[in-house]
Amino acid sequence: MTVYEVFRQERKGQPFAHAGSLEAPDAAFADAWAREQYGRRGESEALWLVPRTSIHQVTDWADEFDLKYRRVDGYSIKARLAEARERAGATKSGT
Amino acid sequence: MSGVGSTKPQAGDAGPVGASHHHSARATLLLSLADDELILGWRDSEWTGIAPTLEEDVAFSSIAQNEIGHARALYELAAAELDTDADALAFDRAPSEYRCAPLVELRLIDDWALTIARRYLYEEADRVRIEALKESDDTELAGLAAKIDREEVYHRLHAELWAARLRDEPRFTAAVDRLWPFALAVVDPPQREELARRVGRPSANLAQTSERGTHTSDLTALWEEMTEVRRSEPGAQW
Repeated sequence: MTVYEVFRQERKGQPFAHAGSLEAPDAAFADAWAREQYGRRGESEALWLVPRTSIHQVTDWADEFDLKYRRVDGYSIKARLAEARERAGATKSGT
Repeated sequence: MSGVGSTKPQAGDAGPVGASHHHSARATLLLSLADDELILGWRDSEWTGIAPTLEEDVAFSSIAQNEIGHARALYELAAAELDTDADALAFDRAPSEYRCAPLVELRLIDDWALTIARRYLYEEADRVRIEALKESDDTELAGLAAKIDREEVYHRLHAELWAARLRDEPRFTAAVDRLWPFALAVVDPPQREELARRVGRPSANLAQTSERGTHTSDLTALWEEMTEVRRSEPGAQW
């Protein structure tokens, strides 16, 4: 038996999102079972069935030097904007 | 359009409605098709929660629900002709008045080999029947047959996968052998050689088939359960 990860596209053009998984003896059974489980209520535009063994997973990370600028939360735009306004002598009211 | 001398069924009347032998050929055909789908849908839904795997459980229950949906559409066509409603036809007739083939009545719960053999044989028989109906001069019936067939494609996909996988399993082949005389009786005699060919049987000539119109004792218990709620409160609106 093979575990298939099921990805579901709800509407045309939308990204596929992980919907769940199922276990089947082969791709044909996975197809038949996934149709009934994920496609009988008009909830799917398309499905991707991917054998779990085909998925290459990455979980190890190295960020030893704490390079905050790489992160989306690294910058506080709000604080920097306030600084910039101050330097420019802006008179914008509010806090 | 109802047959001469037919008893007009009353909607909500808890008693049995007109006997099928008084109906027109068209109404009798529609009831045969509808009863097959309703009773098989009922039988297959008995596996909900206990099918061999979770995935099969979901799929099998979904297919059973589809069959009951087909039954409803067919009963509605018959009801328009018989001046009644689908529920009255589905639930207010006596067991002897049902037109289903004995194949669908059999209580096969706890024997998956027989259950999946029935599903396979029924789908093959249904395909022979539906292909003929799609060519019917009755445009209403031909249209409904085509609509039903678009769902049956996936039922066949499911049934044929199982049949291909179990083809060499003695339990499955024994189950197919046992049910074959019942399966033949799902279709009309002129369609039987075609059914035999499709399922790879040498011939449709059998000394004994379980013909439509006769019933197994299994139907009575199923009918008792299926109509219990409706009979408990005659005329109630659900």
